[in-house]
Amino acid sequence: MVKNAVSCRDVVVVRGDREVLQGLDFDLHAGTVTGLLGPSGCGKTTLIRAIVGLQARVTGDVSVLGLPAGAPKLRGRIGYLTQEPSVYADLTVTENLRFFAAVLGVGSSDVERVIEAVDLGSHADVRVDRLSGGQRSRASLAAALLGSPELLVLDEPTVGLDPVLRRDLWDLFHRLADDGATLLVSSHVMDEASRCDRLLLMRDGDILADETPRALLSSVGAGDIEQAFLTLIDRKAGAR
Amino acid sequence: MTPRVTFAVVARVLAQLRRDPRTVAMLIVLPTVLISLMWWMFIDSPHTFDRIGGPLLAVFPAIIMFIVTSVATLRERSTGTLSRLFTMPMGKLDFLLGYALAFALIAVVQALVVVSIALYFLDLNIQGAAWQLGVVAVLDGVLGTALGLFASAFAATEFQAVQMMPAVMIPQILLCGLLIPRDQLPSALHAISDILPLSYAVDAVIGVAQGNGFTSGVGTDALIVLAFILAALTLGAATLKRRTA
Repeated sequence: MVKNAVSCRDVVVVRGDREVLQGLDFDLHAGTVTGLLGPSGCGKTTLIRAIVGLQARVTGDVSVLGLPAGAPKLRGRIGYLTQEPSVYADLTVTENLRFFAAVLGVGSSDVERVIEAVDLGSHADVRVDRLSGGQRSRASLAAALLGSPELLVLDEPTVGLDPVLRRDLWDLFHRLADDGATLLVSSHVMDEASRCDRLLLMRDGDILADETPRALLSSVGAGDIEQAFLTLIDRKAGAR
Repeated sequence: MTPRVTFAVVARVLAQLRRDPRTVAMLIVLPTVLISLMWWMFIDSPHTFDRIGGPLLAVFPAIIMFIVTSVATLRERSTGTLSRLFTMPMGKLDFLLGYALAFALIAVVQALVVVSIALYFLDLNIQGAAWQLGVVAVLDGVLGTALGLFASAFAATEFQAVQMMPAVMIPQILLCGLLIPRDQLPSALHAISDILPLSYAVDAVIGVAQGNGFTSGVGTDALIVLAFILAALTLGAATLKRRTA
């Protein structure tokens, strides 16, 4: 039996008078990599913030690792990568990671492990503000990996990275899932969809599809995910 | 609250300050420069300098600490590091207390420099002991820090945070007894000054200058300042939101 790492039931987030999330229902299966795909502005980041417990005015039920999202007992069990690199620009990669490791209460051997995992070994002692954009976001990703969290919620981790590095990171995500972690990875690039175990396609605060990539392609009858996305939007417009 | 986490924040803030010598120089040198300027202005009336020099030792460090710390938590909000920390076992009080303790260390150095210069180079006359003036000056620097952190928990953006200085600090500077003794204020304003923290910071310095030790008056004022520091940090922690829209 597959356990759910995250379950959302009728999740609504209102900002101003706009429903940013319009009643979402889905589960993330433990030990899988789920891609959260959709155009910019569709509500991906809001959903992610609701799951990690940082979003205000969430109604409905968001359950994370068996607890309500944002529960104090979840702190440290979730690795969260924000869209902008959330590391201190005036500290080196190692100094940043040592600090976050101290907050989490994990040892410094873990710092070396995560630096290797994101392939920043050669830049470990460089100040973050002297790194390239891609290196900076990898430093931020390394911090999210500290303490081997059970749930990793990554907001656009592969933006601006070269293809080789992107492939390596996706390999890393799958290794982490094989070890039992659950990953939710957002992207606005549709071609990353094929690398996921499951997909959540979002548009305008709603989920259009919640399937495996293969099942999605065959059920819609499309050749690629981008085409499938367009077909689903057209169908929805037709149904109105 | 977890001491491990609080001290991790202290160490990190100090490491960041080490990389930013300009800010450290401003924190430590600026109060001395300003008080030297006042000394020069009143060079022909040393009694005036003796009267206002003490209160200025409370006011300048408090203002400068306030300005620097009022943007501190906002910086963490805008870079996303605060979001990351709030998904970790980071108490809101750990976060603010870490900043407060790191800046308290700076306040010690700041007080050491400004009090030494005022007493030994600018010939500020006080009846009390130098160490008493030092202790009170440190408390006043920490008060500025705590009020700055409170303001920064309140503000939503750095733009709003800088507006807090005139709103929070200038009324206190006007009413704290620096311009005219508090008991000569109209009674309504005197009552208001009674609830403002800087009034007690200045009272403590005036007390030291008059030679009242910690056992007669200064101690009470110092304890009230300490209470305001703790209240500002606690309220700041309560105001800081994990969940934001």
